[in-house]
Amino acid sequence: MTQLPTRRGLLFGTAAVSAGVLLAGCTSNESGDDGQAADNQPAADDQPGKQVTIGFAGPQADHGWLNAINENAKSRAEKYEDVTLEITEGSNDTAAQIGQIETLINKKVDVLVILPADGKALTQSGLKAMRAGIPVINLDRIFNTPQAYRCWIGGDNYGMGLNAGHYIGEQLKDKPNARVIELAGLDNLELTQQRTQGFDDALKNYPNIRKVARQAAEFTVESGQAKMAQLLQAQSQFDALWNHDDDQGVGALRAIEQAGRDDFLMVGGAGALSAFQAIKQDDGVLKATVLYPPTMAASAIDLARALGQAKGIGGLAEYEIPASITLYSAVVDKNNVDQYMSTGFE
Amino acid sequence: MTQPVSPPRGSADKVRPAAEAPAWRGLMARADVRTLSLLGVLAALIVIGGITKPDEFLDTRNLQLVLTQASVIGVVTVGMTFVITSGGIDLSVGAIVALASVWATTVATQEYGFGGILFTSVLVGLGCGLVNGLLIAYGGMVPFIATLAMLASARGLALQITDGRTQIVTVDGVLDLGERDAYVLGVPPLVLVFAVVTIIGWLLLNRTTFGRRTVAVGGNAEAARLAGIDVRRQRLYLYLLSGLCCGIAAFLLIILSGSGQNTNGNLYELDAIAAAIIGGTLLSGGRGTIVGSVLGVLIFTTITNIFALNNLQSDVQQIAKGAIIVAAVLVQRRTASTT
Repeated sequence: MTQLPTRRGLLFGTAAVSAGVLLAGCTSNESGDDGQAADNQPAADDQPGKQVTIGFAGPQADHGWLNAINENAKSRAEKYEDVTLEITEGSNDTAAQIGQIETLINKKVDVLVILPADGKALTQSGLKAMRAGIPVINLDRIFNTPQAYRCWIGGDNYGMGLNAGHYIGEQLKDKPNARVIELAGLDNLELTQQRTQGFDDALKNYPNIRKVARQAAEFTVESGQAKMAQLLQAQSQFDALWNHDDDQGVGALRAIEQAGRDDFLMVGGAGALSAFQAIKQDDGVLKATVLYPPTMAASAIDLARALGQAKGIGGLAEYEIPASITLYSAVVDKNNVDQYMSTGFE
Repeated sequence: MTQPVSPPRGSADKVRPAAEAPAWRGLMARADVRTLSLLGVLAALIVIGGITKPDEFLDTRNLQLVLTQASVIGVVTVGMTFVITSGGIDLSVGAIVALASVWATTVATQEYGFGGILFTSVLVGLGCGLVNGLLIAYGGMVPFIATLAMLASARGLALQITDGRTQIVTVDGVLDLGERDAYVLGVPPLVLVFAVVTIIGWLLLNRTTFGRRTVAVGGNAEAARLAGIDVRRQRLYLYLLSGLCCGIAAFLLIILSGSGQNTNGNLYELDAIAAAIIGGTLLSGGRGTIVGSVLGVLIFTTITNIFALNNLQSDVQQIAKGAIIVAAVLVQRRTASTT
């Protein structure tokens, strides 16, 4: 196959190279503004204190919410002069994450913040750090045993369902025979079952409301569009929809738009920027979303700093920080959306 | 796979000159027995859907919905059918769709509007196909490994471009194509593209030298080479073709979902391979059928649709899907062997 390059070959080659160059210029995603962090919230205690080195190990930021977790942790740590953040490359591989936590233990960081890719599988790493005298803040995905962490802070999946159900219930309480449908997240995950349980429990308070359909998507835009399109075809008339996740909600909203439907109200979940913007504009079906706030990573840094400096949390009478903090899944609608806008993730 | 590998000449019955008088009978009985059994499965599904949910299932809007949902994976499957027919495999299709869809929806690309998005998705698809093809045809890599490597790197690059963010499309020209107003005589534009790709794919495989070469390479590459076919160039073209199909599918997915996300195209490789195999394309190469592949895709999409309309949950859906794949293949095997 040894040939001298022909003229045609050269021509094609040049075209291919220039197409490649043109294309490479198109990978940029800079839109000019990137201010999605919880900088504007009150810190626990702004008085500078003893220097604290915090190690942070999280999973790979393969979706918007996790990306926001990393950014919240980083920007919160930068806010404090007395905090140094040692952040590891995120990994979804249990073995890799165990290795990263070992490294942080060997570096003798003062406090560890761990968001495990899999809580159960990384329990041993938490225990090891605690035994080495490094207090662990367990972020969101919980370890098997409370011995593996000093403080757990995370979201409330059951509460998300509960609050979404109560919000929808209040909106529809005067409507006889109201019909509600649910677009759930990945059914393999326990958190999806917890969200659904909370939603069902809340709806039991409203005897006039019946959940007529439920389909599970996969937290992706594509699956949200596909499952929502089917739900819309299956249910020619319903009054409210709860969608577990705003990422798949982008697809769900697209399906609703494509079907030309607007005769119901929709509540989202998690708190994505696009959902906040839609709620603020108030010209579509999306009226509210229940939070699973990524600001928990910023709070985890606050807790880690307080632990490192042996302080409690301001505003509480306790000398020590609590062992467990469950965040509230607030309902964001157009009345309070401005307050949360800066915490929305893309 | 205990199915006998048909010798390269066996596949020639498709292109046999129609000179023999009773040939059409034989053709009807033999070449289409698989297709007929697939149509039977599809008809059975339609009956089930029609009985369980008559109002929702037997509805024009539902037909539009099923065909629209089938079009993205359908276009990918057409490309996959060619690759499998040639004895290869392309595990990277889902990842290429993901990469093309995020590359085409970055802020920078969206500034170029409709043309920029279309151009970028197709070009990224072709580019990935080119790399696959060069590695396999001229680098001597096994298709399984080369495309597995592409799967990993394309997904990685997609994640790097997006940082895990969902990239929302704001170009109206693209979004409008997914709306009901854009339907041509009741046919969604996505379905039109799927139909055109299918027809071109069928012509290419059954009525051109390119198609005959593909079958020959899949049947026996060494014999094909001795017969004067440039096997390496043929392989390069085939992976390019698969990449092109992925690029088109990515564009359709952007229209459908109004966004680009690095999780797009999740497990498309398995769906496309399953549809092609159910359709009657031989995994070991040498025989391929576009009509069968498209029917395979339609069967899968119809199953999903019927389950969703009946509000069955994903656990039941997955169990039944597996059972139906086995049943479809068994039925096909029986009907194929009794004739």
